[in-house]
Formats: sequence, C-alpha cells, structure tokens
Amino acid sequence: MLEAKELRKTYRDLVAVDAISFRARPGETVGLLGPNGAGKTTTVSMIAGLLKPDRGEVLIEGRPVRGDTDPIKRRMGLVPQELGLHDELSAQDNLALFGALYGMRGAARRRAMDAALDLAGLADRARDRVRTFSGGMKRRLNLAAALLHDPQILLLDEPTVGVDPQSRNAIFSTLEEFRRQGKTLVYTTHYMEEAERLCDRIIIIDHGKVMANDSLEAVRALVPNVSLIEFEIENPGEGEWYAPLRLVDGVDSVELQGTLLRVGLRNLAETAPSVLEWLRQNGRRYSHLASQRADLETVFLTLTGRSVRNS
Amino acid sequence: MSTTAFAALVRRDLYLYITDRRAVIMSLAAPILIASFFGYIFGGVANDAPSARVPVAVIDNDQSDISHRLVAGLTADRALEIRPGTLAQARDAVRGGKTTVAVAIPPGFGPQAAQSLLGGGHPPELQLLYDPSHGAEMAMVRGILTQHVMESVGAGLFGGSGGGSGGGSGGGFAMPFTTREEPVTARKGVEYNAMGHSFAGMTVQFILFMGIDAGMFMIYQRRSGIWKRLRAAPISRFVMIGSRAASSALIAVFIMFVVFGFARIVFHVRVEGSLAGFVAIAVAFGLMTAAFGLLIAVSGKTPEATRGLAILATLLLVMLGGAWVPAFIFPQWLQKASFAIPTRWAVDALDGVTWRGLGFAWALGPVAALLGFTVLFGALALWLFRWDEA
Ligand SMILES: Nc1ncnc2c1ncn2[C@@H]1O[C@H](COP(=O)(O)OP(=O)(O)OP(=O)(O)O)[C@@H](O)[C@H]1O
Ligand SMILES: [Mg+2]
Repeated sequence: MLEAKELRKTYRDLVAVDAISFRARPGETVGLLGPNGAGKTTTVSMIAGLLKPDRGEVLIEGRPVRGDTDPIKRRMGLVPQELGLHDELSAQDNLALFGALYGMRGAARRRAMDAALDLAGLADRARDRVRTFSGGMKRRLNLAAALLHDPQILLLDEPTVGVDPQSRNAIFSTLEEFRRQGKTLVYTTHYMEEAERLCDRIIIIDHGKVMANDSLEAVRALVPNVSLIEFEIENPGEGEWYAPLRLVDGVDSVELQGTLLRVGLRNLAETAPSVLEWLRQNGRRYSHLASQRADLETVFLTLTGRSVRNS
Repeated sequence: MSTTAFAALVRRDLYLYITDRRAVIMSLAAPILIASFFGYIFGGVANDAPSARVPVAVIDNDQSDISHRLVAGLTADRALEIRPGTLAQARDAVRGGKTTVAVAIPPGFGPQAAQSLLGGGHPPELQLLYDPSHGAEMAMVRGILTQHVMESVGAGLFGGSGGGSGGGSGGGFAMPFTTREEPVTARKGVEYNAMGHSFAGMTVQFILFMGIDAGMFMIYQRRSGIWKRLRAAPISRFVMIGSRAASSALIAVFIMFVVFGFARIVFHVRVEGSLAGFVAIAVAFGLMTAAFGLLIAVSGKTPEATRGLAILATLLLVMLGGAWVPAFIFPQWLQKASFAIPTRWAVDALDGVTWRGLGFAWALGPVAALLGFTVLFGALALWLFRWDEA
C-alpha cells in the first residue's frame, strides 16, 4: 500500500507540485495525467525518495522511508522517464548491475534477469550492447530493469514513450498481469487512452495543481464522451452549406476550415453513420477522413476551459 | 553497507574504462609518448638559466683566511643561497632535492691553492656533490665557484686587489684547484635518468585526465536515469560515491604501474627507493584523483560546460606542479606556492622514490600531503553535492 499525503514541491517561486494526495492499494493502478511540466515526474521522484518534499509525506505500508538504506525501498521499483541504462554495457550486464543494487547475486539474480529479459522480449539480444538497441527496445529494457527485485509497488514514469503499438500492447499486458498479481502501480502519461485502459484511479494535474482525482468512472463522467471526425472535403466552395449538419441527431459541433470539415459528436458508433449518410445525400465528396478520441486535450478543455497548448 | 552493490558498481566503472579504447589509449599511451619526448629533449641537457637562487651547501673543513673569504664571497653572491652543515647532511639534502650542489673545502685548501695559483705544487681538490636533474644549475655553480675561488685566493696574494688581475709572475696562472664531482642519486653507480622526472610528470597529468573522465561520467549518470535508479535502490550514499572513488583510485594505480613499467623496460627508470613507498604514493595519488574527479562532478551541470574548465584546471595544476618543466626553474615565490598544489607533491614524491632512491619513511610526507588534499577535495565535493534530483 502506497500513500501520498499532501505532497508539495517548489523550485524557487515555481510550485512544481501542490498538495497531491492519493492512496494506492494492492492491485490498484493510479494514473497521473498531465501535459509537459505538469509535475508528474516531480511527484514520482518524491514518492521514490529521490526528492524531499517541501511538505507532506509518503508512506509505504503505512510508514515513511527512513534513510537511504531502508529495506522498505525494496518494495518499490522505479522506471525513470529518462532511460536509466548504460549504453556501453550489454542488456544483461545492465540488469546484473541493477540487480546487485538490491543485493541480488548468483542464481537468484540469474533467474530474475532471464525472466526480465523474456518479459522485455530481449532474450535474444541479452549480450548486445544497449547502444545497438532501437528506442523501443531501450524502453522495454528500462522497464525490465525495475522488475528484477520483484517490487510490490511499481512507479512508471511515461514507460511507453516512443514504443510501437505492438510493444506498447506487450507492456500493457505485462502491467495488467502485475495488477492481477496484486501489485500497486503508479503510471504517468500524457495519454487519456492509456490511463483509461490501465488505471483504476486517475489524477489529472496541471501546473502542479490537482484538477481531478477520482476513479476512472468518475473522471469519465466529468468528460463528455466527445469524438471528432475530420473530413478532407473536395471543392468545399462558398457558403455555409454544412450548417444543417448540426441538426443531425448526436452532432455537437460543425466547423469548416479551408477544406477541413470537423464534426464533433458525443458517440462515434451511433452518430458517425448518420454524418456519412448526410454528406452522401448532399453530394459532398471527401478524399480522406479521420476520427479522434477524447484525449487529454478534451479533458483539459472540459476541466480548465483552456486547451493544453495555450495553458 | 551493501558489498554486492559496491562491488558491482566498481566492476562497472572498471569495465567501462577498459572497454573505452579512447580512454585507455589516452591514459596509457599518451603519457608514455609525451614523457618519452620530454625526457629525450631534456635528458641531461642544460635548461635555461634558473631564475631562483640555487641552494648550495658549503662545508668548510679548511678554516683558513682564504676559505673564509671564499665562503663569504659565495654567501654574498646573489645567484646562490648558501647553507651550512656537515657533508653527510648535505649529501642527504642533495639526494632529497632540497640542495642542488654541496661544496666541500678540504683541509689545507687555502695554502695549497695559493701555491698552485703561482704555478707550484698540486692544486687542491674541491669535492662537489650535485643533483643530476639540475644540469643547468650545476654548470652555473661551477662557473660562480671558479670566480670566487680566484677572487679569494687572489685577494690573499695581492692584498685584496681583486681576483687575478694583478701582474703575472712567471708563465701565467694555473688553475688553483681541481674538482671531484659526484652526482647524488639513489646510490653510487646509479645514473641520473631524465626520463624519470618526465614520466612522473606525464603520469600525473594523464591520471588527472582520467579523473576528469570519471567526473564527467558522474554528470552523465545524473542526467540519465541511472542516478535515479541508484537513489531509488536501498544503498547508502557511501556506496554511491565511494564505489566511484574506489574505481578511480584503482584505475589510477593501474595507469601508474603500466606507465612506469614501460619506463622501466624501455628507459631503465627504476624505483631505486622504496617500492612500498611507490605503491603508497600511487594509491594516495589515486585517491586524490578520485576526490578531484568528484569535485569536477559537482562543479558543473552539463558535461560540455564542465569539461573545458576541468581541463584548464588540470593543465594549470600539472604545470604548476612541475610536470612539464621542473619546478626548480620557477621563481622562488612560485616554488614555495606550488606546495599548495597536490601535483607538486605527487611529482616530487615520484621523483623521490624512483631515481632519487628515497625510502619509505621519506615517502610518508608526500603521501600524507596527498591524502590531505584528498580529504580537502572530497569534503568540498560532498559539501557541494546536490543529492536531490527531480
Ligand atoms: N530541477 C528542477 N529545477 C527547477 N525546476 C524544475 C526542476 N525539475 C522540474 N522543474 C519544474 O517543475 C515543473 C514540473 O516538472 P516535471 O518534470 O515534474 O513535469 P512532468 O509532468 O514530468 O513533465 P513531462 O511530461 O514533460 O515529463 C516544471 O515546470 C519544471 O520546469
Ligand atoms: Mg516527466
């Protein structure tokens, strides 16, 4: 069980994190969502004991960490946002070193390393230098290195950056398996859909401030299930010919920018066919269409009234 | 303390060093090449005129008017700094590099010199002990000595009218004395080897460069996630920092042994003094280097910004330590001031136990000084160390 109580950290006059509190039980995954600079890494660093909070405290199994060598630190595993790997060492030597940091040696360490390499899908590259790995492979090894000592609490700081969809899925399955095993996960990300898939509880932060801190369902309820369809219209012409589209049931908004027609709707599956049908009936042809899911942007718009990029 | 973690970290550092071909070449081949070059061009050849007073010990076993005048003349000479003492004391001082030349005036020198100046009798013999690494100063002292002997012997004969300018009697003056010159090295029969000093200097320089690399690695480690992993693990700060210090010290000792091993095989630079002393100096300098590396690691945030400054600082240390040109050609104040610099102690210490042939007891002084610098730099580095990292 992990408990963060009113954590606060300032850098000079910048409040990087302001009063974040949450509790994560075994088998629970907490998502920390926020744009760049929101304070996610700062929060994770305070939990991992790398950074002393100005105020508040972190409790592991109900008690604070006492000193650098407190054995309770073994219960935590950290996946840092920056790759924490030696480029000039092999995957295997990297893992051996990180295992040794937790006092692991001999056959036990060997077994843990093999398991971690398997999990990362890197068993066949174990002896190669990390320098020769792709970005995604490094990310996977970065995750594997935190698992060697079988931590009960995993702190994951954007572990899927630059990972292809297959590897991302593999990582997610691994994390879901951990959750089933009763481990506690703290997962930071920019992406709503990642949080939606993995997390039981979602904390949305912006400028160090907690905007939402609730169960996945509760946060979802805060955000209307908005989707956006974008059409690349051929010969859009003059006039507001698209205005009547707004009258279609389920359509929230319609706007045309140049040749790009954007239709906002509440439920993609229900409303999209009607929109396509309307365009066909009105003789509008398009060369391309794309849909977007409700993302952090949407959540932000809803919670703060501003877009992430303008904040 | 977690010995598993400590050993693993040290092993990592050593492995990274040895697999980094550039670093190994830099720290082994570079000192060998440059030291060979310096040793070759400085070898026994006169240096430029010294700018400090040359320390000369004078032992007057004659106590005649002439010898008194000679000592007074030498004492008044602005190029020399005259020191009293016995022959045995003077020999030790020359050996230890504190005195450059010792001049022993034999009994009966005055009368015999006067006689032989006029062309009669055997010229008496002045015994000169000198430091063979100071070839230029020895040549200068020889010249100054001749001048003062001529003046003092001449003054005795001609009532102080000045050396040798009075009218000649007979077929001109003969040289009124001879010298027996003996370079003071480890022991009789060991020849001075200019390569010794050169290797001492260059080894010190390139070990410090290795120390810079160690510091750079710490900075790199902090910027990557590796430092976060170390901090998140249940290991003490001593393990984190101490392991780096230990590996730096081990690499320094390794470089020292390889480079001096080469110098021994190729240039016959031997540890004429205490081998234990040499090892103690190597270890002390290795620790000093480790502390120096830590100081570099805390003095900058980015490797790019720190490297330039660190190299400049190292070159200054090395230059003032007498690794490029021997410290005795520095002005007096700088010679004194350079004892505040660890490299001066290191170079002197290596000179001492190699060709000077000094013993373990002597080596303890420089070793203590180097350890003092280690503590100073280490304490400063730890004080400046920022542990918190977001
Ligand atoms: N060492 C530091 N010194 C000064 N300011 C810092 C430091 N570390 C972080 N900050 C500031 O604290 C704020 C939060 O940073 P943090 O790294 O926690 O954000 P983040 O949510 O992890 O962002 P990202 O998604 O980009 O990783 C930012 O404004 C950042 O500039
Ligand atoms: Mg971050």
